[in-house]
Formats: sequence, C-alpha cells, structure tokens
Amino acid sequence: MLLLQEAASAAVHAAGAAEFPPGKPWLGTEFHPVMPWLIVALPLLGFVLNGALSIIAARRALPKLPPVGDPSYDHHDDEPAVAHAAAPAHAYASVGAGDASEPSEQEGHDAGTAPHPVDAAHAHDVHDAHGHDDHAHDAHDDHAPAGPKPFTHLLPSFIAPGVMLAAFGVAVANFLRMKAAAPHAPWVHSYWDWMSVGDLHVGAALQLDQLSILMALVVTGVGALIHVFSVGYMKEDPGYPRYMAYLNLFCFFMLTLVLGASYPVMFVGWEGVGLCSYLLIGFWFKEKANADAGKKAFIVNRIGDFGFLVAMFLLFWNVGALDFVGVNEALEGSILPFAGPVITWIALFFFLGACGKSAQIPLYTWLPDAMAGPTPVSALIHAATMVTAGVYLVARSNVIFGLAPAAALVVAIVGALTALFAASIGLKQWDIKKVLAYSTVSQLGFMFAAVGMGAYASGIFHLMTHAFFKACLFLGSGAVIHAMHHALHSTHKPADAQDMRNMGGLRKYLPITFVTMAVSTLAIAGVPPFAGFFSKDEIVGAAWHGAAGGSPLSEFVFAGIPGSRWMLAIGVVLSIAAFMTAFYMGRMMLYTFFGANRTGDEERKHLHERDWTLKLPLIVLGLLAVVGGLVNVEENVPLVKSFNFFHQGEALHRWLDPVVEPGVRAAAEHARHIPPVDPEWWPIALAVAIGLGGLALAWVLLSRKPLGDAATEPAYQGGVEKALYNKWYVDEAYDAAVVKPVQGLSRGFARFDMGVLDWLVDMFGRLSQMFGVAFGRLQTGQLNTYAFVLVVGVLIVLGSFVAL
Amino acid sequence: MQITFTQILFFFFAACAVGSAVAMVTRRNPVACAMWLIGTFFSVAAIYTLLGAFFIGIVQILVYAGAIMVLFLFVIMLLNQGNDYEPDMRGTAWKIMAGGAALLIIAFLGRVFGGEIPRPLGMEAGPQALATSTAERGVVGLIGVPLYTDYMVALQATAILLLVAVVGAVVLAKRKV
Amino acid sequence: MNDIPLSYSLALSAILFAIGVAGVVVRRNAIVLFMCVELMLNAVNLAFVALSPYAGVQGQVFVFFVIAVAAAEAAVGLAIMIAVFRHRESLDMKNFSLLRW
Repeated sequence: MLLLQEAASAAVHAAGAAEFPPGKPWLGTEFHPVMPWLIVALPLLGFVLNGALSIIAARRALPKLPPVGDPSYDHHDDEPAVAHAAAPAHAYASVGAGDASEPSEQEGHDAGTAPHPVDAAHAHDVHDAHGHDDHAHDAHDDHAPAGPKPFTHLLPSFIAPGVMLAAFGVAVANFLRMKAAAPHAPWVHSYWDWMSVGDLHVGAALQLDQLSILMALVVTGVGALIHVFSVGYMKEDPGYPRYMAYLNLFCFFMLTLVLGASYPVMFVGWEGVGLCSYLLIGFWFKEKANADAGKKAFIVNRIGDFGFLVAMFLLFWNVGALDFVGVNEALEGSILPFAGPVITWIALFFFLGACGKSAQIPLYTWLPDAMAGPTPVSALIHAATMVTAGVYLVARSNVIFGLAPAAALVVAIVGALTALFAASIGLKQWDIKKVLAYSTVSQLGFMFAAVGMGAYASGIFHLMTHAFFKACLFLGSGAVIHAMHHALHSTHKPADAQDMRNMGGLRKYLPITFVTMAVSTLAIAGVPPFAGFFSKDEIVGAAWHGAAGGSPLSEFVFAGIPGSRWMLAIGVVLSIAAFMTAFYMGRMMLYTFFGANRTGDEERKHLHERDWTLKLPLIVLGLLAVVGGLVNVEENVPLVKSFNFFHQGEALHRWLDPVVEPGVRAAAEHARHIPPVDPEWWPIALAVAIGLGGLALAWVLLSRKPLGDAATEPAYQGGVEKALYNKWYVDEAYDAAVVKPVQGLSRGFARFDMGVLDWLVDMFGRLSQMFGVAFGRLQTGQLNTYAFVLVVGVLIVLGSFVAL
Repeated sequence: MQITFTQILFFFFAACAVGSAVAMVTRRNPVACAMWLIGTFFSVAAIYTLLGAFFIGIVQILVYAGAIMVLFLFVIMLLNQGNDYEPDMRGTAWKIMAGGAALLIIAFLGRVFGGEIPRPLGMEAGPQALATSTAERGVVGLIGVPLYTDYMVALQATAILLLVAVVGAVVLAKRKV
Repeated sequence: MNDIPLSYSLALSAILFAIGVAGVVVRRNAIVLFMCVELMLNAVNLAFVALSPYAGVQGQVFVFFVIAVAAAEAAVGLAIMIAVFRHRESLDMKNFSLLRW
C-alpha cells in the first residue's frame, strides 16, 4: 500500500517539478480563509457563557440563611423550604449521607424546589460494592430534584453544541475553500504580537494548511457530536453547566493546539488541554478517587510538558525560530546537520512531550485512571482529540524527525511496544471503559509507529479513523453504562454498572447501541471495508515496506541493528498487537451484548435505550466508521472513485502531501538509493486474517464458557491473568521507584526545615530571651546595688574624660 | 623636708578619722557604728580647726555630732536596733566589689588632684587672705558676714528647708491616731 | 595652719569618701547605710574646707549650708525609716526589693 503512495507522490513531484523549482513550497491559487479565528473563538464564547451560567447556578444553590442574630427578623416569612436553614442541604445530604460517591450534591440544586421524596429515602448502598472501579461512576441522574429545570441547566444544552456546530461549519467552509484553492504553502496570519523579546518574536498566529484544517474538522466534528451526546448524558447532573463550560474550554484549547502557527501557541493549547483534562476527569471531584485520577493525569502530563519546553528551548537556541514556517525553512536550509546530536535531542524531547500527552510508555499510566471522568469526556479527550495531540505534534514536526532518523526509530519502537503492551493488558480487564482505555493506548502506539517510520499521512489517517470508531465505542459504552446504571439503580442493587460480568445479552435491549458498537468493533479489528482496516493496514504495511528496504530509515543503523531489521520487528509486534486488539474487542462485545443477561431479573425490566441525543451521535459515528476509510483507498481498488468524495484514490495522502513532504524529503535526501519494492499481496491477507482471526478466536474461546456476574466470577485465574489484570504492576512499580523516594526526600527536607532552620530562628529568639533574663538580673531592687552601679557609672564617665 | 607639729597633728587626726570610718563601716551593732561615726566627726572637726576653719569645726561638733548623731541614736533606740541584731553585711562578693570601687575612687581622685590644682584666687590669696579676714571680723564673722550679706537668700531658703523638714518628719513619723 | 599641703587634705577626703561608698554598698541596715552617707558628706565638707583658703570663704559658707541640709535630710530620712519600720518590722534592705525584675 505504502509503495503506491510513494509512487503517487513521486508522480506528483515529477509533474510539479517541471513547472516550479523543487524543494521550495510554491503557491497554488490564493487561499483566502473565511474568518478562521471563529473556529477558535466560538468554543471560547461557549465557555464564557456556560461558565457564567454555572456560576449563577452555584450561587442559587447556596441555602438561603436568615440573618444571623437579628431578633426582630420575622422567620415566618421565610419560604418553608428555607425556614430551617439546613433543610435543603439536609435533604440532599441524606440522599448521599456519608456517601463519598455523591459528589455533586451542593451545586446546581435549586434551593427552592422540594426534595424528591424518593431521593430522600434513597439508600446509597448501590455504590458500596464497587469492586475495583469504584471511582468510575457516571451520571447520577436519579438524584436530581424533581420540578422544572432552571434556565442555568437548560441553556447549556443549546449553547455548547450550538457553538461547536457553528465552529464545525466554519471549519467546513474553510476546508472547501482550501480544497478549491489547493495551496501548497500554509496560510499564516498573526493577530497580535504576543512575545517580542530580543530575537524571539512570537505572534498570536493561526496557521491554516491541509493538516491543521483536517485536524480542526475532526476536532469540531467529533466534538460537536460528543457535545450532543453529552446533552442527553449529563443534563440531569447538578454540575451540568460547569461540565459544558469545561467541554467548550477544552475544544477551544484543542483548536488552538491544532491551528497554532508556532510551537509556543501550540504549547498554550497543549497545556490548556491538559488543564481541561484534569478538570473534566475530576469532574465529580468530591469522591477522592476521581480527584486523584485528575491529579495523576495532570502530573504525568506535566512530565511530558517539560520535554516539550526543553525541545522548544533547544530549537530556538539552535535554529532561531519557533514558528513552523520559519523552522521548516531553516531546517531545510541545513542549519543543523543531518542526524546530528542536536536535532536528535530536539526530536526526542518533543517525543517525550508527545508521550505524556498521548499516553505512550512510560507516561501512559494516567489514561486508564482517566476513565473516572464522565464517559463523553473519555470519548472526546481520551479517544478522539487530546491524546492525538502527540501524533499531531510529530506530524507537524516532520522535518525535525526526518532529519533525526535515530529519534524517528525510537518513536516507532516505543509506539510499537506500547501497542503490544497495552493490548496485552486489555485482554483481561473487566471494566468496559478500561478495555477501551487500553485499546486507545494501543491504537496510539500504532499511530506513533506510523509517524516514526516516516508514514506521516498514514498516522494521521489512523488518527482520523480512530477518532471515529473509538468515539463511537466510548459513546456506546456510555449508553450501555447509562442503561445499566438506570437498571441497577431502580432496584438498588449494589453492583458495578461498568463491569462486563454484570452485562450480557444487551443487544436485545440496546439495539442501536449494539449495531453501532459492532460496526466500530469491526473497524478497530481491521476488517475490510470498515475504516480501521485501511488505516491500520497502511501502518503495518509501512513496516513491511521498510523491512524490505523501501524506506529511508531502512539503511540507518540504530544501536547496531539496521533500520530494516527494526522495522521488521515493528511489523511483527504490530501484527501481534492487532491480533490482540481484535481478540479483546471481540471479547468485549461478546460479554456485553451476547449470551445470557447477568444483570438480574428485576433489573432487566429497566434496561432500555435513551433519547435521540444519545442515539444520533452513535449513528453518525458508526456511519463514519464504516465509510471513513474510503477516503484513502488506493487507486486500483475498484469502484472507489465513485464512492470517494475526492474522486481520486489516496485522497488523504495527496491532501496532506504539501505538509508532510518536507520531512519525507529530508529523510530521503540523506538515505542511500531506495530500491523500489514490488507490491506484495501477503500483507493485506495477513491483516484480514488477523482481524477476522482475532474475532473468531474470541468467539470460539469465550462464548462457550458461561460467565457469572461480578459477584461470582473471579477476575482472574492463574499468574499470567493476574499480572494482566493488575496492569503488569506498573503503577506499583512507579509508586515504589518514584513516588516513595520523592515523598521520602520531601520528608527529609521537611525535617531539615523544621529541625535545622526553625531551630536556628528559634535560637535567635531564645538568645535574646536569655540576654534579657541575664540583664534583667541587674534590677535587684536593692538600694545598695543601685548605689554601687551609680558609683561605677560615675567613675566610668569621669574616668573617660580623664583618660582622654 | 621638715615636718612641723601641725602636720604631725594632722596625720594623727587623719589616722583617727580613717580608722573610725573603717570601724564604722564594719561594725555589726548599729549603736557601735553610730559611736564610731561620732569619733570620725570629732577627728574631722579637729582637722577643720587645724585648717583654720574654727567656726566650722565647732559647728561640726555641735550640729553633726551633737544633734544629728543624737537623732540617729534616738531612732536606733526607738526601733530597737541595738539588740538582737543580725549580721547585716552583704556577701563576700559584694565586699570585694565595694573594696574595689573604693580603691578605684581613691586612685581616680588621686590622679585628678595629684597634678596642679587650679587656684582661682592665685597663690597670693592663700591662707594669708583667710587669716586677714579672720583678723578683721573674728572667727564667727568670717562666715557670718558673707552669710548675712552675700548669701542671704540661701540662708533664708535653708531656714525654710529646716522648717519643712521638721514638719515633714513629724508628719511622716506620726502614728495614725 | 598654712603648712598642711592641700593634697594631703584632699587625699584624706578621697579616702573618707571611698570608705563611705564601700559602706553604702555593703551594709544592709538602713540606718547604718544612712550613716555612711553622712560620712560621704563629711568627706566632701573636708574637701571644701581644705580648698577655702585658695577659693575664698565661700568654701566654708557652703560647708555651713551642707551641714544644715544634712541635718534636715537626716530628720526626714529617719522619719521615713520609722514609718517604713512600722510596716515591715525590719530595716533590712534586702526586704525592700519591690523594684526587682
């Protein structure tokens, strides 16, 4: 597959070279974007409005207290719900009395409405038996008070998705314009001068080129769908306007990240999405585990941010520019030697940043914990957008990675290892969201393997298709959890709504969810003609291509092993990971939707799907998971042209070529002659076999054994299963190797501070005290002493005159 | 240098004065202290006479030894300090310090007055001038005339002072009746 | 009368004064303390008288006043001591240390 891409781009080059000088970006027709700043500004507006609404809601939720201490205040005029100042709070406190998993009690409840009688008698033992995922609870919709919703909870339903849809519209308009104009240079506009210090000039600038507009489309499109889903999912939550505000803020930062024209502007978005991830993961922060998950995400991300910053410093120090256009020009002008230490370190530090943000080894541990947030958050942030920022960074810095083959190989190797490692953990998880989380880490590993091997467009392609099917999977799981929660809640059964052992046979009760999730599972498993097949096959194909010597990296020797060997290993590892992916996704579908239902007889009566806001995004994303891959199919596949919007094969590669080409060329210039490799049929066959085989194996192995529910079915049997279930004990290892020493060091410093420094300061005080006591002894009260001192004083004074 | 008889007398009375003073400071019995102080006063009065201040010498004996010390003795008796007296000296350290201070004072004063002493009236106005005045006015008049002419105000003030002292003493010491 | 050197008298005055100072420091009985003060006054009087041939008759006149004032002071001081004795039944200075730290 990839060869044909190479051939196609060579043809394009040949065609273009006749007219324009090669190696320099040339302009097509003029590209005039239509208010691109709106794409970024609209979500910000949504954040401001929703934020104001959430503040208003929170203020209204405060219990109205009568003036304290005023005896003349007539208490009879108080509203009955307010007369006992603690009453509303008390009523809701009893709803979750001592319940740590009722986090949003205090906000958004209108103190004027009477508490729901069912809620007041509501026992909280539903949340007691949580198993190992007691922090992963979602909407507590049954706990909202009855009565008409105040405007603070109605307006966000329109503001937030509306803003995102408007932003998507603007992005589409710009995309169409760009498609018509077909520019070959990025459009950059600086709106104001942000930092001008010495030689450093960074403007608040947006860059519109093929890559950024594609990312903007993905972010706004998938984001808009997830906003719509969130409306149905979270509208009963007391913190609903705050949630929508954070979601909009996240989209604003993400769009800043993808549309930024320089590394600092990108970094603003980078940090901002980290912040919003923290805010949204810990959305139900009153439960400690959720807050801890948010902290963990932010802190691990921060380690990556350090890498990003160091890379920026190195880049500015050695290259002198920080905007993408300037950096690309300087690097293409050979300001830094090929494969030199500087460029390699820059690339590696950027990759460290990407590891933190995109959850690669060793900084992936936050992503499974991040499932503590609401499911739409997991879908948006941890499937479709934020975690892909690392891939976008590497793709955007393709020139840097092209000039640093060692770093590129490191990226590919780490990506492949992560893909395998995470897939292995996903084999034995019982929480449906955890399975998807590890699947995300694994698929991100695929993307990094792709961009590491130089197949930037393939990586972005997989990013796009992954956004579709993973978001669909997450939203589907959200619908499942929603229904399970509702069912378990209605009978107050203390079971975990997210545990697959409690599910089973849900396809009868949640048909649309089942269909869309099934389609997405086929996509992720790599079954043609669904989206994931094309993108994943391209990546693994790039590995085989490189193993056969067809990549600029094939000749490069890294750690004593030639690149082709590495890429062969990567290909094998990715294939195993793909097989595992198919297996555990099949397992997930099996346990959730097939077989006998283990929820319980009473609860089953309450299993049903929700309204259109939950179904529509699933349907749209499912459709995209089906057809999304067709955007990049090769030429020779029949009928593709008629189905393809672009009316040409390999449309995505062609689309991204102007952005990606400098990096590819930089790598190719320094490689020896790349022999053309004949296309082979066996990679495609292998990919199909892996996909179908994994699903089939899951069916064969697991559908026969009856499964008990969470209370009866053990989580694991045997040593390997235990290790897989416990995530290979990586968190424990980090705890022992990093956290405990840091804590010990902190304790040591604290002891030093209290013992030594405080002792010093206290000593000064005590010294003056001792002096005071000592000198105070002079005041004996005895006349004789005073007379003596008087005489001595006189002697001293007069004696000094005489002596002098 | 020749030592005249006057000087011998001076040394004798000086020794008496110093000896009485030291004895006074070191006795335990307050009555003994008072007696030794009277001895000191007598010695000093003798020295006054040797120095030519006859009136002052007599006044010293009359007032100091005769009135003030009698007052002291009366009060000692009144307060029954003469019997059952405890040792009332401060510790050894203080004795040493006091001794040291005393030596320092002597040394300092010796240093100051060891050199030339200013003579405002000149060497001519030495004891001759005093002797002339004495011859003119007599021993009492030597002091009396300046007292009642130049220092009249001071005299009257002192008189009032004495009155105030008497009244004050009565007020302070009387019992609440 | 005129052949006693001035320095001898002044030396004697100094010695008497020093003894008086030592007495004030060392004695605890209030009356004895007061007597040492009188000794100091006497030493000063001696100095005045010794200097009066050279400084004029003012020396002796001043001594006259000093004696008068010493008398007044003795009267009042002893009256105070009597009053204090009535309160404390003791004249020992170590009992009067209210100004202590």
